[in-house]
Amino acid sequence: MRDRQVSRGARRAREFEAFVAGAAGRLLHAATLLTAEAPNANPRARRLLTLALAHTYARWDGLHGEDPYDCARQYLATRFARATWHRYGAFGRTRPDPDGPLAALTPQERLILVLRLYEGVAEEQAAALLGLPRERVHTICDRATATLLHPASRPTPRSAGREVAPS
Amino acid sequence: MNRAEREAAARQIMERTPAPVPPDLCAQAVRRGERLLRRRQLVRRVLWLLACAAVVAFSVWAARVHPWTEPPSQTTPPITGW
Repeated sequence: MRDRQVSRGARRAREFEAFVAGAAGRLLHAATLLTAEAPNANPRARRLLTLALAHTYARWDGLHGEDPYDCARQYLATRFARATWHRYGAFGRTRPDPDGPLAALTPQERLILVLRLYEGVAEEQAAALLGLPRERVHTICDRATATLLHPASRPTPRSAGREVAPS
Repeated sequence: MNRAEREAAARQIMERTPAPVPPDLCAQAVRRGERLLRRRQLVRRVLWLLACAAVVAFSVWAARVHPWTEPPSQTTPPITGW
């Protein structure tokens, strides 16, 4: 019994190490894009990725053929969405000190853009993952793409509409 | 610029600067994952223990009190000397 557990743990550790070696680079890049940090100074993205990988490790024996990359990505996205929610009360404000390539976008726009374009998740899946209607994901993705390609057209997205509804 | 071109351009912007992976990432993830597993195992054990204790307590109580038997009547006195 004990031997079997030990051998299962060793196999899990081996498989997990191979998985991390293959997937960590791409996932870390995605996390860095999400948090809009610079590629060389990304403590939030690293922490996010470590938590997602730990969650995947804990679920490793119960995956049953499910893609571990998918599991880690889902956890990363939902955790980022929840953390943003807790930190700012709602989606919509950017961080004060971002300097990544997606710094001009709001957290929700970043999340949808990374899921849809960088990771290539289907629109329906992204919508289901975030609990949004499909049309909304489509619209936000379009708007985020436009903002990314023409940053001058929307100079200050952050101050608009925040002071309208104090509650 | 059509939709596909716009998406390709956005993809290109996003893929520009890859972040270097820290070398101790796997070890940290394994450490945290092990902790998660251990905590889950502990919670499962405690819940099983509680369930077993509840079953035992209920059996002892039922064996002593016999809640399925009809209680003796409080209103009608037993008929004697008929």
